[in-house]
Amino acid sequence: MTGKAVGAAANIADTAAAFDGRIEGQRLMRDWYKALEEAPARGQHVANVFVMGNAVEILRAFDFQLVFPEINSLQTGVRKTSEEYLRLSEDYGMSPDVCSYVKADVGLILKEHEHPAGRIPRAHIAIASNMCSTFIKWAEIWERLLKTPTFVLDLPGQRAGNWRVRPGDAQHAADARWVEAQFQDLIHRCEAITGKRFDLDRLAEVEDRVNKMVAHWNNVMALNRVCPAPYNAMLDGLTYIGIMNVYRGTPEGVAFMRNLEAQLKTKVARGEGRVAEERYRLLFSGTPCYVSMRRLVELFETWGGVFAYSDYLTFAAGGMDAGDLAYDTSRPLESLAEVTALAAQRGLSNQFFAHERLAQQIRDYAVDGIVFHGIKSCRFVSSGMADTRDYLNKRLKMPSLYIESDLIDPRYWSDAQIKNRVDAFFETLRQSGGAPPAGKSVPPATGRAA
Amino acid sequence: MNSSSGDEATLNEVLEHCNDLRLAPIPDVGSLPERYTGTLGHFPVYFPEEIAHAAGLLPVSVLGGGNRLELKHADARMGSFVCSICRSTAELGLNGSLNGLTGFITHPICDAAKHLAGIWARNFPEQLSEILYLPQNVNSPGAVRYIAAEFQRLRGELEKRSGRGVDDDALRHSIRIYNQNRRLLRELYALRRDEPWKLSCTESYLLTRARTRMPCEDHSVLLERALAAARRRTLPSQDKPRVVLVGGFCEQPPIEMLEAIDSNCHVVDDDLLIGLRWITADVPEKGDPIWQLAESFVERSAASPVQHDERKTKEGYLMEMIGASKADAAVLTAAKFCEPGLDEQVAWAKHLDGTNIQYLVLEFEEKMTSFEQMAMQLETFAESLLFAVAA
Repeated sequence: MTGKAVGAAANIADTAAAFDGRIEGQRLMRDWYKALEEAPARGQHVANVFVMGNAVEILRAFDFQLVFPEINSLQTGVRKTSEEYLRLSEDYGMSPDVCSYVKADVGLILKEHEHPAGRIPRAHIAIASNMCSTFIKWAEIWERLLKTPTFVLDLPGQRAGNWRVRPGDAQHAADARWVEAQFQDLIHRCEAITGKRFDLDRLAEVEDRVNKMVAHWNNVMALNRVCPAPYNAMLDGLTYIGIMNVYRGTPEGVAFMRNLEAQLKTKVARGEGRVAEERYRLLFSGTPCYVSMRRLVELFETWGGVFAYSDYLTFAAGGMDAGDLAYDTSRPLESLAEVTALAAQRGLSNQFFAHERLAQQIRDYAVDGIVFHGIKSCRFVSSGMADTRDYLNKRLKMPSLYIESDLIDPRYWSDAQIKNRVDAFFETLRQSGGAPPAGKSVPPATGRAA
Repeated sequence: MNSSSGDEATLNEVLEHCNDLRLAPIPDVGSLPERYTGTLGHFPVYFPEEIAHAAGLLPVSVLGGGNRLELKHADARMGSFVCSICRSTAELGLNGSLNGLTGFITHPICDAAKHLAGIWARNFPEQLSEILYLPQNVNSPGAVRYIAAEFQRLRGELEKRSGRGVDDDALRHSIRIYNQNRRLLRELYALRRDEPWKLSCTESYLLTRARTRMPCEDHSVLLERALAAARRRTLPSQDKPRVVLVGGFCEQPPIEMLEAIDSNCHVVDDDLLIGLRWITADVPEKGDPIWQLAESFVERSAASPVQHDERKTKEGYLMEMIGASKADAAVLTAAKFCEPGLDEQVAWAKHLDGTNIQYLVLEFEEKMTSFEQMAMQLETFAESLLFAVAA
């Protein structure tokens, strides 16, 4: 290695060591909220989008400021203010049995869009995909209360178990054609709203950045296959996917993911894990409980348990990690439709056949057990969970724990009960000799260049 | 016996048969008419039964377990926060009641319904188990083409399972049979709208539901008999408010609940079993039958809380139902834990608040067995409406 190369490598190592994904992620989220607040003054058009199936690439090509209402709702939980919003919406008439994200957002509307992180601008258009059926009902609420024009993006999902669709086969071609037809329709609507002509080159630029982000993100995910796992999928990982969503297709997003990968590689090279002594590698299936996530993770980490993977990191980050998905920027619109159709089936709607993905991830991440987090207000993840657990227990003899709380409703968090169940789970794991006392050796991940 | 009592006896006989069918298990393959080789289960709301019919598979709606089914398995497989119809459907599968099905098709009406396909795949791998991805965007150009492709895929799957090719002529024949049935169902609802004292909501529901357990052509014969008898009924008009009932598009309200409503109101329109009535006009009997079915889904279709359509707001179609049936009021129901239904209930109530149309909000569960409180609410509601009309 030349002296120059040694110097460059040292610089990269220094940058990686200085980078803190959590702190940088929080800074970027603050910047995003500031940008939301200032969007009306800038005269920028605003779009509401969800984290699954959202056509962000097209919206960015039109310079929309993106609002993620799910993230707004979860942030009320993180900031311990969700109950106020939930009660407001229940007083308005919303049922206790529906999605608490929706209810927090209705509360936000009733509070004139005053969010603990700042004022949320009203959207000029909302994109709701069918990946979570609640998205559509949520968007209909905006149509009704705020007169927001809504575009429902219908993505044909995984139809059956053992569903194998490959790029270019007849089924994929038919699905992609339908998705592309909808994108064409969406583009016309965006042109009418913004008064701008659609620019394919802009779309290609955004896609190129998404490709880079996804490549880094896949490597970040793969790095957690190493033991000890360098990060906790359900704590650090939540910050990472926040950036994957909010900064998707932006230079800031690419830089974050690049630096994150470098930092985590450095950690792996040093043998540093998220917990001082990793004793149990776990998989978390379901959505977080944002009001008490730090506490929940603590309950596991005190036993040396780390969440090496969570399916949440896949479906809540757009499903793009699920198998070599990258845009062909030489044919940006067609490719967007093709990849969107594939991601919908491989990374989003396969939640309805969760046993298939989980069986694979159990092997990939060499986990000792699965923690299922069922929540009554999210049928997308929770409805089939108990049956999936039963299936995996029987087929793979995989130890598992089932706990219940909510995404953001603190009234459903029962600390003592959950702690008891977590402790009992680890006792069982320990007595059954599930994991060696000081962790296990897992082959290092092989990353892909961004 | 005079002709009036003869008609009543005919109607009673038909209704009794329909009620027996409601409580009956899915037909045994051995008991099917010759042209059928098996049964195909489908979950609400809409399913293109013509395709199964043409493939020689008897389409049977899987409508949950009602209030006589004890859950012994499903409690451990689906969270307590999932609606009753999904849980009891899973129970029917797990307790072996649906073993005879060739397949089970569910739809992207809600996330719990989609999960049923996963439960089927894990527990009944020998059955065809699928989500038929009917689109939630029927407004973009290309929707009909996509639906046609999805129907074509279904056609191929059913051909494989039934071992019978489905040519276009067979499909057109099935479309003709279903068109006849749709005409009769429209007549049924027209009778209730025009002379509601002649046919109650419960009776109409039983008559409609019978199609979920018998061949469509036989159901049409049954409907013709019942309609003829009902039209000749000489029951006097009763002093009851005319109401529209909504919220029964998927999970089935218990029959006792419908009877309680009938006791107090004339239900002049409803969305019960709307999937069986989804196509609102004849499907064209010429041309590519798959295309005609797909186009009918988009262009000749009803509305429900679980189908997004920019042309049909939820408040808009409720108001149309109320207007077209000259209803005085609405009964807004929702099944417990049914997210789309509960969301819509709020929207409907808020909308009606801005009109002078009265409404009653009811929450139900298919498994409920106590109706006293509901009956009292309905009685009070009906009385208040009658007094308001009188004033």
